[in-house]
Amino acid sequence: MKTFKLGGVHPPENKLSQNAAIKVLPVPETVTIPISQHLGVPAKPVVAKGDKVKAGQLIAKGEAFISANVHSSVSGTVQKIDEVTETSGYRKKAIIIKVEGDEWEEGIDLSTDLIKSITLSPQEIVNRVNEKGIVGMGGATFPSHVKLMVPQGKKAEFLIINGVECEPYLTSDHRLMLEKTEEMLVGIQIQMKALGVDKAIIGIENNKPDAIEHVGEFLSDYPGITVEPLKVKYPQGGEKQLIKALLNREVPSGKLPIEVGCVVHNVGTSLAVYEAVQKNKPLLERVVTVTGLNVKEPSNFMVRIGTPVANLIEAAGGLPENTGKIVNGGPMMGKALNDINAPVTKGTSGILLFPEKEAHRRPVHNCIRCGRCANICPMGLEPYLLAVLAANKKFEDCEYEKIMDCIECGSCLYICPSGRPLLDQIRIGKNETGKLIRARHK
Amino acid sequence: MNEITLISVISLGSLGTIAAIILYMVAQKFKVIEDPRIDIVADKLPGANCGGCGYAGCRALAEEIVRKESLDGMKCPPGGNEVISDIAAVLGLEAKEEDPTIAVLRCSGSRENAPPKVKYEGDITCAFSHSLFAGEGGCPNGCLGYGDCVVSCDFDAMYMEEETGLPIIKDNCVSCGACVKACPRNIVEIRKRGKKDRRIFVSCINIEKGGVARKNCKVACIGCGKCVKECKFDAIIFENNLAYIDFNKCTLCRKCPPVCPTGAIHELNFPPRKPRPETRTEPAEA
Repeated sequence: MKTFKLGGVHPPENKLSQNAAIKVLPVPETVTIPISQHLGVPAKPVVAKGDKVKAGQLIAKGEAFISANVHSSVSGTVQKIDEVTETSGYRKKAIIIKVEGDEWEEGIDLSTDLIKSITLSPQEIVNRVNEKGIVGMGGATFPSHVKLMVPQGKKAEFLIINGVECEPYLTSDHRLMLEKTEEMLVGIQIQMKALGVDKAIIGIENNKPDAIEHVGEFLSDYPGITVEPLKVKYPQGGEKQLIKALLNREVPSGKLPIEVGCVVHNVGTSLAVYEAVQKNKPLLERVVTVTGLNVKEPSNFMVRIGTPVANLIEAAGGLPENTGKIVNGGPMMGKALNDINAPVTKGTSGILLFPEKEAHRRPVHNCIRCGRCANICPMGLEPYLLAVLAANKKFEDCEYEKIMDCIECGSCLYICPSGRPLLDQIRIGKNETGKLIRARHK
Repeated sequence: MNEITLISVISLGSLGTIAAIILYMVAQKFKVIEDPRIDIVADKLPGANCGGCGYAGCRALAEEIVRKESLDGMKCPPGGNEVISDIAAVLGLEAKEEDPTIAVLRCSGSRENAPPKVKYEGDITCAFSHSLFAGEGGCPNGCLGYGDCVVSCDFDAMYMEEETGLPIIKDNCVSCGACVKACPRNIVEIRKRGKKDRRIFVSCINIEKGGVARKNCKVACIGCGKCVKECKFDAIIFENNLAYIDFNKCTLCRKCPPVCPTGAIHELNFPPRKPRPETRTEPAEA
């Protein structure tokens, strides 16, 4: 079975919620919609306090090339446009809407009928994806329309769909592949048309045999799409690792996947593209996994963007008594939540509740030079060295040691027997080295 | 004396002489002509190489002073006016008296004033935790308390106070500015030392609205503007919900600290106030 060669770890999978069907979470009383839910320039609010909005209405416009529109996920009145505490504890601008009824913007098809025929031209598809505020749903939230445009002089050969879900605990993509299979497949066809490719590969790890089988049943209707089972290994969902696993091609250092003729999208993004193009529906809800060892009912919810995380936890059976840490995202790359009332954004794939016993980091000891971090680094870097260089502010040496290739997967932090904060120091190093490189180009 | 010894003495001796002549000629040819005054000035400087003057080290400052032949804008925070006037005397220049300065910490968000709400377990540096989240106390501008400034101090003028979780700046601070650069939140400021080491400053840099700031910290500046009205010398600048005392205008009259409802204005090294009827207003509930 295929997988990537270099490094990788295999943490306990703990996919507790994989059999829980997606439940629609009721619309909350108020939603808080941040204007910056994507990578790039924050969107600019186009509504004012007191305005009536409908679900699906544009409320903030992304004006730069790398930016994304933000739409209202509910109908109601704009209560205020103010700074609110974000998941990190810093305050970011957001639009707060008081919910009144559930009225949708005209022109949005809310029926569940499958529309297979694609009538739009590639350029129209890209424009529609841009207009509807679609971003990468895997967690990185990169604006999708940018990825659907092949740069001049480059040619895309393959569309790779990421159904790997290599993060432990998370099951939102898994459920999506089981329950919205055909919608997702049409979405993939739309993306293939936009990119002008005739081959698409869906990579799924073999800990989801039901998904591999279920998607496989429909493939005869969708020419050009194949499913490839992959051996379970973290971080297979990283685009460079996925390309290596599926096609045995290596993306050169500092380059994008298009360099080797590939474009990688998440299954969630494909569904969002389907809804935007065929149903005219903006990205205003997403599947979020709420799970944890002590959670009463680990579940997958279809949630409107802007719903407080507290509502999700309530719906999954309430906050377990001995919860020590709440993580936004997967256990490997996710960030701990500072505030339980922080809103769900376009990039929230899961909410993890760790019991006190598992919530803490191990005590930090000296590096014993075992070299395990260098063994498992999926990018072939030397994390122990990068961490030391970054901690001592030797950023030029960091650049020489290719710190910018780090994908921040956290495998080194996971494997380190001395519990050293390797990734923390590397992140600081990446930040500063990036500044150094950008200053040079000015 | 045998023959072998004689030969070796003569041959090595002549080899040495030839090498000496070559070295002498090369040294003459590639001689670097340096102003002898640079050495004299560099000798006068403290040699701490702290970088507080803005140059790469003491030698770099000496070179710059001799090159410009003026002491305009040149300062030596650890040496102070003494060193500068010494140099001025040697070079025959005029020295300007500069007020001595010291670093102050503009945050009072101790564990008591801004109780921790979350627990941080990552890399124990301010730089990283700043890039990650607002801090255990919840204030996005306040002191994180992991001591990047203390690590940066070359003069042993700072230490972390265990109880409060805030760094303490001792009186032997030379205001070299290393901590200012080390702090990712710009909390440390270089201010005038003041007469008899007396200083008055707003010990807060939170620019959030009053209610929000107070939620996280008991002693935050809430931007009420009372101190601005109290000050007769226009020394208090008020912008972004935050008061700032201009140390060049402040006359240390001590009128503003009592009017601050949260006690965010600090006065240091003053004699205790005479007891007087309680006029201090209780802070409004946030």
